[in-house]
Amino acid sequence: MTALTTFLEHYNYFITIFLMVSGLYIVIARGNMIKKLVGLSLFQTSVYLLYVAPGKIIGGTAPIFDRAYTVYSNPLPHVLILTAIVVGVATLALGLALVVRINEAYGTIEEDEIFSADGEI
Amino acid sequence: MFALSPEDLVVLALLIPAIAAVLIPLFHKSPNVREAVTLVAAALVALTVWSLLPLVLSGIRPSMKLAEPVPGVALAFAVEPLGMLFALVAGSLWIVNSIYSIGYMRGNHEPRQTSFYVCFAIAIAATMGIAFAGNLFTLFLFYEVLTLSTYPLVTHKATPEAMRAGRVYLMLLIGTSMVLLLPAIVITGVLAGTLDFKAGGILDGKIGAAGLSLLLALFVFGIGKAALMPFHFWLPAAMVAPTPVSALLHAVAVVKAGVFSVLKIIVYVFGIDTLARAGTTDWLVWAASATVIIASLVALRQDNLKKRLAYSTVSQLSYVILAAAILTPLSAIGAAMHIAAHAVAKITLFFAAGSIYTAAHKTEISQLDGIGWKMPWTMTAFAIGALGMIGLPPTAGFFGKWFMLQGATQTGQWLPVAVIMASTVLNAAYFLPIVFRAFFAEARPAYSLGAAANVDSDAQHDHGEAPWPIVLALSLTALATLALFFAPDVPLALAKLMVGG
Amino acid sequence: MMAFEHHLPILQVLVPMFAAVLSAFCMRGTTAWAVALVASWAALLIAVLLAIKVFASPEPISYVMGGWTVPIGIEYRVDRLNAFVLLLVTIIGAVIMPYARKSVAKEIDSHQQAWFYTMYLLCLTGLLGITVTGDAFNVFVFMEISSLSTYVLIALGRNRRALLASYQYLIVGTIGATFYVIGVGLLYLVTGSLNLADIASRLGGASAEFQRPIIAALAFLTVGICLKLALFPLHVWLPNAYAHAPSVATVFLAGTATKVAVYLLIRIFYSVYGAAMPFTSLPVSEILLVMSVAAMVLASLSAVFESDTKRMLAYSSVAQISYMTLGIALANESGLTGGIVHMMNHGVMKAALFLALGAVFFRVGSVRLDDLAGIGRKMPLTMAVFVVAGLGLIGVPGTAGFISKWYLAVGAIEKGYWPLAFVIVASSLIAVVYIGRVIEVAYFREPSANVASTRDPPLSMLVPMLLLGAATLYLGVYTEWSAGLAQDAARMLLGGLK
Repeated sequence: MTALTTFLEHYNYFITIFLMVSGLYIVIARGNMIKKLVGLSLFQTSVYLLYVAPGKIIGGTAPIFDRAYTVYSNPLPHVLILTAIVVGVATLALGLALVVRINEAYGTIEEDEIFSADGEI
Repeated sequence: MFALSPEDLVVLALLIPAIAAVLIPLFHKSPNVREAVTLVAAALVALTVWSLLPLVLSGIRPSMKLAEPVPGVALAFAVEPLGMLFALVAGSLWIVNSIYSIGYMRGNHEPRQTSFYVCFAIAIAATMGIAFAGNLFTLFLFYEVLTLSTYPLVTHKATPEAMRAGRVYLMLLIGTSMVLLLPAIVITGVLAGTLDFKAGGILDGKIGAAGLSLLLALFVFGIGKAALMPFHFWLPAAMVAPTPVSALLHAVAVVKAGVFSVLKIIVYVFGIDTLARAGTTDWLVWAASATVIIASLVALRQDNLKKRLAYSTVSQLSYVILAAAILTPLSAIGAAMHIAAHAVAKITLFFAAGSIYTAAHKTEISQLDGIGWKMPWTMTAFAIGALGMIGLPPTAGFFGKWFMLQGATQTGQWLPVAVIMASTVLNAAYFLPIVFRAFFAEARPAYSLGAAANVDSDAQHDHGEAPWPIVLALSLTALATLALFFAPDVPLALAKLMVGG
Repeated sequence: MMAFEHHLPILQVLVPMFAAVLSAFCMRGTTAWAVALVASWAALLIAVLLAIKVFASPEPISYVMGGWTVPIGIEYRVDRLNAFVLLLVTIIGAVIMPYARKSVAKEIDSHQQAWFYTMYLLCLTGLLGITVTGDAFNVFVFMEISSLSTYVLIALGRNRRALLASYQYLIVGTIGATFYVIGVGLLYLVTGSLNLADIASRLGGASAEFQRPIIAALAFLTVGICLKLALFPLHVWLPNAYAHAPSVATVFLAGTATKVAVYLLIRIFYSVYGAAMPFTSLPVSEILLVMSVAAMVLASLSAVFESDTKRMLAYSSVAQISYMTLGIALANESGLTGGIVHMMNHGVMKAALFLALGAVFFRVGSVRLDDLAGIGRKMPLTMAVFVVAGLGLIGVPGTAGFISKWYLAVGAIEKGYWPLAFVIVASSLIAVVYIGRVIEVAYFREPSANVASTRDPPLSMLVPMLLLGAATLYLGVYTEWSAGLAQDAARMLLGGLK
C-alpha cells in the first residue's frame, strides 16, 4: 500500500523520469538526425516538468496579487522554464538548420550513411 | 674600467653565450663574421670564468636569486668550488672546440652551420647554468635546456639514422629526467622544505635510511646524462652527431653535466656524512662498478672509433659516480679531479677521431694501420689522450684514480679498488692497440677491409694532416692533458674546497 | 566614475553583448571585426579593473541586478577565483582579435564574416556571463548562449565535416547543459534558492532527509559539467569540433570554453557544496582521479597517432584538461592551485599552438602533418612559437606548463598519492612524442613543393602569436600573476575545509 501511495504522491517525478529516459534513449539509439533532435527535445521537456510541477502549491491560486487569497503558487519556476523553453526552441531550430545543411552536403541525414561516406570522423 | 661584481661575472658567463646565440643567425650570410662571433663569445666566457676563479679560491661565494616561480623554488645561482671547476673546464674548452669546429665544419662541408653554432652556444649557456645553479630547480631547468639544445646537434645530419638516434637521445634523457629526476626533486622539496644546495646536505634526519637510498636511486638514474647503465644507450647513439659535438658535448659538457649533477647532489643535497651514516648505498657502488666493467668490455669490441670512445666515456663516467659512492672526502676529491682530467683527455681523443675523419674519411679502427706516420700530430695527441684515459703519468688521469684508490683503501672498500685496477687494464687493452696500429702496423690495402672499389681508391689516397685549426685544437688539448699532471693546483684546490666546506 | 566602477560586473557581460548586436548589423566583415576588437579590449580592461579591485580587498564584489536584493534578485559576484578566470578569457579574446581579421578573411566567405564576429562576441558574452554570475540558473542561460554560438562557429568551418562536428557537439552539449539544469532544479527544490552563495549556506542546514536529492543533484551537475569540459571519456565531441572549426574559433574555444567549464566545476564543488561534501558523500574524488589519469595517458596516446595536427592538439587538450580536474580531485592547496593555474597556463599555451597552426593554414592551406614538411625553415617565427608552446605542454622547466605540474606533483605527494606524482610526470613524456613528431617533420624534412615559397604570416597575425609564446616563457619564471593569484583563489576555496 505504501509503495502505491509513494508512487501516487510523486507521480509527477515518475513522469519526468520516464520522459527523460525515453528522450535520452532516442538520442542514443536513433541514427536519423531529426529523430535524435526530437529525442533531445523530449529530454529537455522533461526538465520543464521537473521544475514546474513542484511550483504548484495545493490550494494555491495563480500568483496574481489579490486580497481574497493568501496562498499562491510559486511563480518563479514558470519564469525560469519560460527561459528554458526559449533556449530549447533555439537549440532545436539550430539543430534542424544544421540537419538541413548536412542534408545538402551529404544527401542524407542517416548517421551511418554519412560516416560511411566520409569515413569515421 | 668597469667594476664587475662577482655576481655580474656569473650572469655574464650565462649571458655571453646566450647573446651569441642571438647574434649568430644575424650573420648567417657571412660565415666569417658568424664564426668570429662564436670565437669572441668563447674567449669572453673563458675570460669571465677565469676571472671568477681567484675570487672563489679566496673564499667568495657569489650568489643571487633572479626569480621565484613557486614559493621556495627559485631561479638562483650560487658559485661553489665544484661548479667553478666544471665551469672552468667547459668554458675553457669551448674556445678550443670552436677553433676545431670551424676547421671540421668547413673541411667536411657540413650543411646548416648557422643552426649548429646557435645550438652550440645555447648548450654552453645551459652548461654554465648547470655549473652555477644554486638549487635543484635551477639545475633541473638548465639540465633540460641542455638536452633540448643538443637534440638538434645530434640530428644535425637529418638522415634517418640521425633522426632515430635523436629520438633515442631525447626520449632517454627527457624520459629519465621527467619520470625519475623531477619526482625526486619534488620529494626532496616536500621533505626538506628547500631545494638549495648546502654544504653537508639538506636531507639529514628528514628521511629514513631506506627512503634515502630510494631517493638517491631516483636521482642517480634520473640523471640520464651520467649514463649509468642501463640508461647509457643515448651516448653511443649520439655519436652520429658531427665530431665537434661529440667532442665538447658528449665528452665534456653533457656527460660531465650528468656526473657533476650526481656529485653535487651527493655532496650538497644528501651530504657525504648523511649517506655514510645511512649505510644503504652499497648498491650504487655495485651499479657503478658494473657499468665501469661492462662498458669497458663493450668498448673492447667496437671497431667504430667514435663508438669505442663513447663506451669508454660511459665507463669513465661511472668512475666519477663510483668515487662519489665510496663516500669519503678523498674519493670525492678524486671524482672532481677526474671530471677535469677526463674532459681534456677525452676531448683530445674525439678531436683526433674527427681529424682522421676529415683528412682520411676513416671511421673504423681497423682502417687505421700506419696512419700515425701520415698524421703524426693527430696520432701523438691521440696517444697522450689514451694515456690520460688509462691514468698513467705523466697525464692528468693519474690523480683522479690516485685519490679514488686512496679513499677506497682508507675505508677498506676493496670492490672499488679491484674495479679500478681491472678497468685500468681494460682501458689499456682497448686504447693501446689503436696507438700501436697507427704507428707500427703496415698500411694494408683497402680491399682486405671488404670495402667497395671506389672507397678503395679513396682509402688509398694520399692524405696528410687535417686542416690547421683542427691540428691546433687537438695539440692544445693534448698539451693540457700533460699540463694538468704537472700543475694540478687549480682543480685540486677547488676539489679540496668542495669537501672542506 | 564611482558609478562606472560600481557597474563593472554587469558591464563585463553587457559590452560584448551589445557589441554582438551591433556587429550583427554590420554589412562588412571589417566593420564587424572592428566592433569585436574594441569590445574584446574593453572586456579585458574591465576584467583587469575588476581583478585589481577584488585582489585588493578580502571581500568579493557583489552586484545586484535592478536593485533586487539577494537572494531574490540575480547577483553578480566576483571573487578571487572568477576574477582570475575573467582575466584568462578576456586576455585570450583580446590577443586573438588582431589576428582574427586576416585569418577569418581567408577562411570564411565575406558575407558570413560579420556573422562570425557576432557569434564570437555572443560566445564571449556567454563565457563571461557564466563566470561572473552568482546565480545558478543564470549560469544555465549563459551556458546556452555560449554553446549555441559555439555550434554556429564550428559549423562555419569550410569542410562539410564541420557541420557534423557541430551537430555532434550540439547533441552532447545540450545533454550536458540539461543535466546541469536538472541538478540546479533538484537543488532549488531542496533549498528554494538559486543564488549560489545562498544555496551553499542553506545546504549546510539541510536536514538528513534531503540528503538524497542533494547527492543526486551533485551527480547530475558533475556529469553535465564534465560533458562540457570534455572529461575523458565524455570528450568525443571535442577533437572533431576543434579540428573542423575555423582557426580563430578553435583558438578561442581551446583557450577559454573548457576552462570556463572547469571553473564552474570548481565553483559547484568548492563554493556550493563546500569543499568537504562532494568528496565524502560520493566517490567524486576517486572518479575524477581515475578519469583524469586515464585521460592523461589515453588521450595523449590518441594525439600521438593523429596525422592532422589540429586534431592532435585537440586530443592533447583532453589530456591537459585532466590536469585541471586532477587538481580539483586532489582537494588540497597545492593540488588545487595547480589545477587553477593550469587553466591560465594551458589557455595561453594551447592558444599559442593553435594560433601557430592557424598561421600555417593561412599560408599553406593545410595542417596535415605531411604538409608541414620543412616548414620550420620557411616560417621560422611561427614554428618557434609552436616549439616554445609545445615545450610548455611537455612541462619543461622554465615554461608555464612546468609550474602547473610542479604544484600538482607536490599536491599528489602531500596527499600521499606517490604513484600519482609519477603518472603526472610520465604523461608529459607522451607529449614529447607528439610534439616531437611535428618538430621532426617541420625542421628535418625537406620542404615540399607547396611549402617552398611560404613565409611567416603578416605582422597582425605574428604579434599575437609571439605575445602568447613569450607569455608561455614569462609565466614559467614570473608567476605572481598566474600561480600567485591561483594560490590566493585556492586558499579562499579551501577555507571551507578548515
